[in-house]
Amino acid sequence: MNVNTSRRGFLKGAAAAGAVLVVGLRPDGALAAGGNAAQINPFVKIGADGRVIAIIKHFEKGQGPATGLSTLIAEEIGVTMDQIDYEFAPSNPEIYNNLAFGPFQGTGGSTAMSNSFLQYRTAGAAARAMILDAAASATGANAADLDIVDGMVTGAGDPAPLGQFVAAAAALEAPAEPTLKTPEQWRLIGNPDIRRLDSKIKGNGEAMFGMDVYLPNQMVAMLARPPQSGGTVASFDDTDAQAIKGFIRAATLPNNAAVAVYAENTWAAMQARDALNVEWDLTNAETRDSTRIKAEIMAALDADAEYNVLQNEPGPMDQAAQVVEQTFYFPLLAHAALEPLNCTIEANDDGGITLHDGAQMPTGPHMALSQILELPMDKVRINTMLCGGSFGRRATPSADYQVEAGLAFAITDRTRPVKLVWSREDDMRGGYYRPAFGHKVRVGLSAEGEIVAWDHRIAGQSIMKGTPFESFAVRDGVDHSSVEGVSDTPYTIPGFSVGLTDTKKATSTLWWRSVGHTHTAYAMEVMMDMAAKAAGRDPVEFRLAHLGDSADAQRKAAVLRLAAEKGNWGDAPAGRVQGIAVHKSFGSFVAEVVEISGNADDGVQIEKVTCAVDCGIAVNPDVIKAQIEGGVGYGIGHVMRDEITLTGGVVDQYNFPDYEPLRMRDIGAIETHIIPSAEPPTGIGEPGTPPSAPALANAIAQAGPVVGVLPMINDGVSFA
Amino acid sequence: MSLKLKLNGVDHEVDAEPGTPLLWVIRDELKMTGTKFGCGVASCGACTVHVDGFPTRSCQTYIEDVEGAEITTIEAIGDTKEGAAIQQAWMELDVVQCGYCQSGQIMSAVGLLTENPKPSVEDIHDYMDGNACRCATYQRIRAGIQRASEILEG
Repeated sequence: MNVNTSRRGFLKGAAAAGAVLVVGLRPDGALAAGGNAAQINPFVKIGADGRVIAIIKHFEKGQGPATGLSTLIAEEIGVTMDQIDYEFAPSNPEIYNNLAFGPFQGTGGSTAMSNSFLQYRTAGAAARAMILDAAASATGANAADLDIVDGMVTGAGDPAPLGQFVAAAAALEAPAEPTLKTPEQWRLIGNPDIRRLDSKIKGNGEAMFGMDVYLPNQMVAMLARPPQSGGTVASFDDTDAQAIKGFIRAATLPNNAAVAVYAENTWAAMQARDALNVEWDLTNAETRDSTRIKAEIMAALDADAEYNVLQNEPGPMDQAAQVVEQTFYFPLLAHAALEPLNCTIEANDDGGITLHDGAQMPTGPHMALSQILELPMDKVRINTMLCGGSFGRRATPSADYQVEAGLAFAITDRTRPVKLVWSREDDMRGGYYRPAFGHKVRVGLSAEGEIVAWDHRIAGQSIMKGTPFESFAVRDGVDHSSVEGVSDTPYTIPGFSVGLTDTKKATSTLWWRSVGHTHTAYAMEVMMDMAAKAAGRDPVEFRLAHLGDSADAQRKAAVLRLAAEKGNWGDAPAGRVQGIAVHKSFGSFVAEVVEISGNADDGVQIEKVTCAVDCGIAVNPDVIKAQIEGGVGYGIGHVMRDEITLTGGVVDQYNFPDYEPLRMRDIGAIETHIIPSAEPPTGIGEPGTPPSAPALANAIAQAGPVVGVLPMINDGVSFA
Repeated sequence: MSLKLKLNGVDHEVDAEPGTPLLWVIRDELKMTGTKFGCGVASCGACTVHVDGFPTRSCQTYIEDVEGAEITTIEAIGDTKEGAAIQQAWMELDVVQCGYCQSGQIMSAVGLLTENPKPSVEDIHDYMDGNACRCATYQRIRAGIQRASEILEG
């Protein structure tokens, strides 16, 4: 296992020497401990120098698990955040599995903290108990009278560094059920002053991302892929590429999906790939325009639903005093993380290989590379690197880019490491988009302004069908990720019916920060505002009136009230208007007030966003605030002006100039308030995104149009 | 062809064809990986370095055009007083998330404070407009620049 998050650490290689107490878990979940990290897959290692190393089973894309899981370990042992380091776990789906996913190691669904909270605290508490037992034996004190404070064992004479006792502790049995600290004892969990552990290396150039892997003698491979989804290689001519200095060779991948160009360096690979002449077989390629795909989705909303997700007796809508109706269209979206996709495969001395990768779901590429390279699982190692963002893109069920690298490596003599590099254009045009979706919603209101009926139609391409995740995400034909946030809303909605139609595959699709909630929250929350307006009621009061006594409804109401209070709801400064939205996703509740100046005709400027979040126990409050800030920016940035379009099946966008990212001037201050909670931690990486776009839309609609077609610039909204 | 490159005060002799972007010489030849590849078309700013003190997109800078110039990368920017102030502010405020854009953000921010030690919000927006952050850490970058400005003021 490499300490590979910084250049210095990477160069030093395995720097775990001196670890003498390791605590981990056996496959059956029981605690295991000892003095040899090679025998126990640890969650924590402690050296004789007292340094604690947390082993992080989740990858770090900026969302904070390296700091968060280290906080849990440090808290339970009793060390400061300056006394703990972290390493990323190797791939091992039995030990480092995501408890929310089953026997599968991976990060997604905003589960990193929620599934690790007890597990990591337990490992830390076991280490603490063993050190205290060893200290008690050494000093003759009673273990119950001892404590570990800032890395010093106290309670038996002069405080002594805990490192003094780790060798003796390693000889002890791990406790079966170590006692966890109580919230009253916490000094780190919930502490807003805890800083990120990766700030320094990300500010001085030391941080090592997958793109930064430079192994001796490595080749860079870039792929020429078909212009349309479904195309394959017919033939290629590399005459011109051969003139590029540094070009090594070109070869068609065994699956015919692309031509790999191998070169001595990245620039040569880029030039040689451009110089390649490839004939494509487009017999089975996608040839539709995105306007046609959109028309098919919108037509599906008016036909009978394929699946009745929630079915209500017909009737309530007929009795409504008035009906509010709106259709919505959500385009294809690219993730466009700043680090283009990449990974590196090298041969090991034992006949196996190591994959160096910002691996979001290590189990996927682990299994895929084992098959492609015909290696047993234990001969495939994964070295998880930092990654420059993902937003879901690095978690393809097909392990798409790792498979490409595996195939590209497989057809070499396997002596030289192969680094697969995507360009920005590859990333923008390479599929795996947030699928396009349409919604058509009709809300019936009584004469008193209460909801009496809600017909909600959804159409779009399923993300989960045809993937290994189908078995738990699809029930009775309904892909839950297509309707989440609508069919399971905490709102009390009488006369609620929800229908879903899966549309024909247009491109490869994928979860994109907050998955189905990217479109369902928008439709729900814009409709709530439209209904409130039609009923002549305040949007906050109207929502609260439809939030009942359930725990979820009450938590949702609480964030709504807090955001309204902190955002001075109803009392915008002169020249500004506000919009509000609230949504539950990934177990967390977020409400946001967006305050804008200007208007849709002359240019909207987003001045301020006030957020309230309930994500259970707030382990790292400042990381939580950062994730809400980022989630808001990610959501708003895309609905302003971004979409992926197809002409004849070919993606029209190439690079950032035609998929313009959110820029600093686009958005003003974002303020986040956290609801104190004793509930178990829930998601934070994604929940900030869903309410941001509808809150903006609701602000725009205060003095302008209801925006039903995204991105907003396609529906009459200009931005300052 | 062989070229002389002065990077972070050290003279290097590199082998690169004319037209090779400075970015790929820094990364692939010199193995200094703090300068990042994000877009290749100078629209994200991740590859920003200083050429004779000015923030420059290294992905669109040909190697033959910077022979003899003083090039500074993220690895050495902390040696300047503006660089040290920015790095301190970045840590105080935990600006980073994924971190991939931050080398470029910092190189641009140092350029700004060097030219304009007390920038207004509008000055910051103008100067930093070309540096994209997909994690949307913008408000912390903005606050980080303001904090670094305070640090420099003493």
